[in-house]
Amino acid sequence: MPERPLSPHLSVYKFKYTLATSILNRFAGLILSLGLLLFVYWLVALAAGARAYAQARELLGLGAFKVVYAVLLAAFVYHTAAGVRHLVWDSGRGLARDSARRSAWVISILSILVTLLLAYWLLRPGAYAR
Amino acid sequence: MSLRGPLGQVLGRGSAKEGVHHWWLQRLTSIALVPLSIGFVVSLMGLPALDYVTLVAWMRQGGTALGLVLFVLVAARHSHLGVRVVIEDYVHTPGVKTLALVISDFSHILAAAAAVFAILKVALGGRW
Repeated sequence: MPERPLSPHLSVYKFKYTLATSILNRFAGLILSLGLLLFVYWLVALAAGARAYAQARELLGLGAFKVVYAVLLAAFVYHTAAGVRHLVWDSGRGLARDSARRSAWVISILSILVTLLLAYWLLRPGAYAR
Repeated sequence: MSLRGPLGQVLGRGSAKEGVHHWWLQRLTSIALVPLSIGFVVSLMGLPALDYVTLVAWMRQGGTALGLVLFVLVAARHSHLGVRVVIEDYVHTPGVKTLALVISDFSHILAAAAAVFAILKVALGGRW
């Protein structure tokens, strides 16, 4: 096959924050794909019985997994917000430069707020003590 | 100017109408995932604890198992489509690209099957 440039040409784009919202959406999606595997592991452990689940819980309860859950939570919230933005674009609305910039701010700020709110709920006193 | 290839011109049947299949399915799964994923997160976060007994009781409630099966199947399909695009866009070495796509295909189907089996086993299981 002849050597020819293949899309996307990552090196030629001028950086804009709207570009960041796009690549971040892909990145969040990939993280969630990995999260899906973790979720399946958790389901299978649960189906394997009380003892297997207790062992899995010990592993999943390790401190390092707190970071994993925080990243997954943020990725989920962002990917959902950015995904809805894409669905609006698919209807032909909001594609003009100024409205795309505005929606970039809306999804970013909304994601941060919702992530913090959910994190607060998860870390509330006495949560998931058992 | 016609964009139709020689064989297509002879057959005269137009396109196979499958060009937007990937794009359309990615949208359909996105729309379905909005309520399914938010419902899953809200339902899970509403549980008082995450111990075995609580979770089994949760999964045996009417809608939970059905919701979980739908969520995991649609999420796996959506992830399958998304990971494919990422591999196609960023992995350019021919052999490695094919291998990555095959690994993604197999692992998504395996993950979906294992999840559905696990959910049904818990939901339909006898006394623990």
